Amino acid sequence: MTATAQQQTGVTMTNVEAVRTTLYDALKRDDRVLIMGEDVGARGNVFLITKGFLEEFGEQRIIDTPLAEASIVGVAIGMAMEGLRPIAEIQFADFIYPAFNQIVGEAAKTRYRSNGDYTCPLVIRTPYGGGVRGALSHSVSIEALFYHVPGLTIVAPSTPADIKGLLNAAIECPDPVLFLEHKKTYRSVKGVVPSGYYTIPIGKADVKKAGTQVSVVSYGYNLHQALDAANRLEGEGISVEVIDLRSIRPMDKGTILASVRKTRKLLIIHEDNKFGGIGAEISAMVSEEAFFELDAPIRRLAGPDVPAMGYALPLEEEFMTSTEEMVDAMRELAKF
Amino acid sequence: MAKTTATRGRELDRAGLSDEQLVAMLRNMLLQRQLDNRGFQLNRQGKIPFALGSEGHEAVQSGAAMAFKRGQDVLVPYYRDLGLALGVGMSPFEILSSLFARQTDRSMGRQFPNHYTNHDLGVLSISSIIAGHCTHAAGVAAAFKYRGEPGRAVICSNGEGATSQGEWHESVNYAAVHCLPIVFLVQNNEWAISTPQDRQMKVANVADKAPGYGLPGAVCDGFSPVATYKAMHEALERARTGGGPSIVEAKCYRFLSHSTDDDDRTYRSREIIEERRKLDPVPRFEQVLIEAGVIDEAHAKSLKQDVLRETNEATDAAEAQPYPTTESLYTNVVAADYHPWQEFA
Amino acid sequence: MPQLGETVTEGTVAQWLKKPGDSVEKYEAFVEVSTDKVNAEVPSPVTGIIRELIVKEGETVPTGTPIAIIDDVVAETTPAPNGSASPAEQVAATLRQAQGDTGASKAEANHQASDEPVPGGNVGLSGPSYSAPANNGASNGAPAGPNGVRTSPAVRRLAREHSVDLASVRGSGSNGRITANDIIAAAKAGPSAGVAATIMATAAPVAPAASSGGATARVAARAARPGDLIPLTQARKIIAQRMVESKHTAPHAWTMTEVDVTNVWKWRAREKDAFEKEYGVKLTLLPFFIRAAVESLAAFPLMNASFTDEGIRVHADVNVGLAIAAGGNLVVPVIRHADQLSIRGIALAAGELIDKARRNRLGADDLAGGTFTVNNTGANGSILSAPILVPGQTGIVTTEAVVKRPVVRDDDSIAIRSMMNVCMSLDHRVVDGAVASGFLSDLKKRLEAMGPTGSL
Repeated sequence: MTATAQQQTGVTMTNVEAVRTTLYDALKRDDRVLIMGEDVGARGNVFLITKGFLEEFGEQRIIDTPLAEASIVGVAIGMAMEGLRPIAEIQFADFIYPAFNQIVGEAAKTRYRSNGDYTCPLVIRTPYGGGVRGALSHSVSIEALFYHVPGLTIVAPSTPADIKGLLNAAIECPDPVLFLEHKKTYRSVKGVVPSGYYTIPIGKADVKKAGTQVSVVSYGYNLHQALDAANRLEGEGISVEVIDLRSIRPMDKGTILASVRKTRKLLIIHEDNKFGGIGAEISAMVSEEAFFELDAPIRRLAGPDVPAMGYALPLEEEFMTSTEEMVDAMRELAKF
Repeated sequence: MAKTTATRGRELDRAGLSDEQLVAMLRNMLLQRQLDNRGFQLNRQGKIPFALGSEGHEAVQSGAAMAFKRGQDVLVPYYRDLGLALGVGMSPFEILSSLFARQTDRSMGRQFPNHYTNHDLGVLSISSIIAGHCTHAAGVAAAFKYRGEPGRAVICSNGEGATSQGEWHESVNYAAVHCLPIVFLVQNNEWAISTPQDRQMKVANVADKAPGYGLPGAVCDGFSPVATYKAMHEALERARTGGGPSIVEAKCYRFLSHSTDDDDRTYRSREIIEERRKLDPVPRFEQVLIEAGVIDEAHAKSLKQDVLRETNEATDAAEAQPYPTTESLYTNVVAADYHPWQEFA
Repeated sequence: MPQLGETVTEGTVAQWLKKPGDSVEKYEAFVEVSTDKVNAEVPSPVTGIIRELIVKEGETVPTGTPIAIIDDVVAETTPAPNGSASPAEQVAATLRQAQGDTGASKAEANHQASDEPVPGGNVGLSGPSYSAPANNGASNGAPAGPNGVRTSPAVRRLAREHSVDLASVRGSGSNGRITANDIIAAAKAGPSAGVAATIMATAAPVAPAASSGGATARVAARAARPGDLIPLTQARKIIAQRMVESKHTAPHAWTMTEVDVTNVWKWRAREKDAFEKEYGVKLTLLPFFIRAAVESLAAFPLMNASFTDEGIRVHADVNVGLAIAAGGNLVVPVIRHADQLSIRGIALAAGELIDKARRNRLGADDLAGGTFTVNNTGANGSILSAPILVPGQTGIVTTEAVVKRPVVRDDDSIAIRSMMNVCMSLDHRVVDGAVASGFLSDLKKRLEAMGPTGSL
């Protein structure tokens, strides 16, 4: 946890509860904050994240939008340019594509194209990721589509405490932030969340487990599997360091490089398709900047290069990397 | 010289505007025409690589600008809105700085010409993505409503081509559902580069679509600044007083090619253009005002000289400015002073 | 308890629609379950009789928990998917199967999946396993080190920084790969761990450097104990390789002569103290010998040649290699252009090379380009050796031990003289006995003509 976190009393909660309470606190704290998206009002969001918010904050602040992603983001951009702090929700990351134009062509470039005359302090929240039998259109990872774009910030916290800190930071951020929530971790990941207001700096990764023989970089649901795998390997005398990336862009080069200098071996794990995924950028960066530290080729465990994970359980399991696969990969790398 | 309905007899329908306001509109039209022309001249001189003309739009834009309340309303323009930009207070120097891509351009030479931004005057920064700005316009209007700021409205301006884009539809729909203080001004100049209106939509008037959104729609004579002013004033007042959005379609014509990179001889006949030129709003409005006794020939002449002088001064001043530095390429991607960025730049 | 939603992890029994003793058809709703997302009636997986309702109405349990036991009336026609006997298992198992489980059976399935051959290499574990680093090196295009050994950037850098010779390091990584930690450990172990790259050894017991005595041999002897299986170091592997290559390529012939070194020995004795004082380098018999040898090579250039398929390449340069033992291995650093050096020059060059070898500082330049080799086998007391050629060379001579022996002189008198055998192995493809013996005789003559005084 960083210096800005307040380590007073903490409350144990799940990831989805962390999103919910952080949004609630933000609405209470800052009049400029509002939430807009499909079914966020009366339904309270399809994961019940905003349940009760409409009743408490009213329909001006909790807006049930038409079924039109481009304008969910586009209207929010206009609001942000005019000085509000809108939080736009895309119901599932798989639905974000109609808004791609607005996110990449408009929001990311607002400050740059006006040379700071206008800014776009917008948060776009969306659940992503698979393992929930969501099939082809409720399971994708989208970070690789967006992290390429300068001007966009992308964060993907994996634990409740990180979710609160980074969501607060995202709302504070004067530039557009894509806030990714892995839906499989919504209810399956629990943790202690410090009470009180705090932020975690965007662009800072977190070493969730220190180690000496292999560096693992991951995020999302994979992160928890990687921790499991690393803990199992402790029993075999293999010491694996697990870094929770937390922030896709900007990416914490420093933490990654420091770890690689220590262990000399790097394994990147992400659920997204392998080709052109985050692992590609990390690999290139590490081999550019720490070539003479490497005692093994950089390794990536990632989703297969197929359009999406299928509905049938064997197809989904084949797509998702299992903890066992991670254990094997870490062990192999340690022994290389 | 064809007379519009607005000038039958000597009685000028001034829609409540004073002489000064009428002259201001004429001046705006003259300045727009002059600056427009200057862009092409500079391009033919090889001094600037690109210019976008707006000949034919002078009346609609000065009329709409007259209805705009400075300090309260926000304009979300498109790339042919030179007259609107001038009309809401932007200076020729700013315009030419943008054409010359100098440091004094607000976007610091980053934007294509005619992609204005001026937060102080309420001109929203736009991209070249057609209709991308419409959702932002709705968002700005939503912010006015959110903060409970009556008396403020947004003009979302674009051509008829933009109305085919999904985002125009989504913006109008959203604004309608949420009863936002916004006017969707559609300047129908009949051409989207080489695509004529009947290839763009099945209806004769964009405004015919308004009832489909549950909105009032109006068609007005885009060659008459007064007629446009009337229509826009009514629509804006409706918006400002909580009456919600409307669509105002101003019929005009694009006399020139789309830009200096376009050659309309490949898709339009000269005869039709010549025919429509006879309705050129700039000389016509001058004539209307002279006939109505608001100005005389000498005044008109001095206006033109003044406008030319202003344009020349602005041209020289802007041309003398330095280009943006190469270091400036890297600035303002994200906020420089937000501490996480400082920590991990 | 079934999983009724994408992220649902528990459920509540809202209402039992059956009671114990009731019969139930397959697909007939028998319980109503609610989660925070949805309420649903759950259809029975089997036809049978309700035996027991495990979970009470209103109770919340995690998904996968058994909630009821149904006696499967027609057990043969609806077998439990995982073949377990107990009906409760069947119900729970069927529900798990239907809804997706994250328990042990899935883990097994995963493990099995990863054991299967990976088609195309990009499903699950992406890319081929790289547990064979040599292959991986090949696909990596990693440039080979001096011995064709593939090394990672970290290993090369660390080896450079710590002056560790890669050839001497035993790899503890997968498939014998040298790891960065191996280099670090080797650096800590000190200079005896590092040896130069090009390896050569004689068939006779390893001969240490002239003045190192039997120290290295003793070290080597101590390291090997009966019953040991000593893993091969990189260096040993290469030595073995080169030996085999040499013997299998060049047909080795052997010859010898004996040389009266009494006079040259005297000369050496006269010079050595001053020499050592002035240069800090020991003056042994070796530089005298090499001086004579290079003159003989000039007279018999075929001994300074290489056999190639295109022809016998007679070398223009005379670069004499010295076989030196260091750290349990042999190195053969080369005195370049030895023919242009005086005895002093040769002594100094040899001394420097020996010193470098001891300190592990021999570089590629020191080891390259030898055309003829000398091995001082006599230092260990040998009087006869059959050396193995350095691959690519035509001759290798040994200087055996200098032994005082009674000899019969030309005038039939008997005298005690210092005698030294000189043995030579030769590549019989290049030279025959005439040239070989001619060379040796020439060498003998020159050596016997040296001393007891002269100029170094």
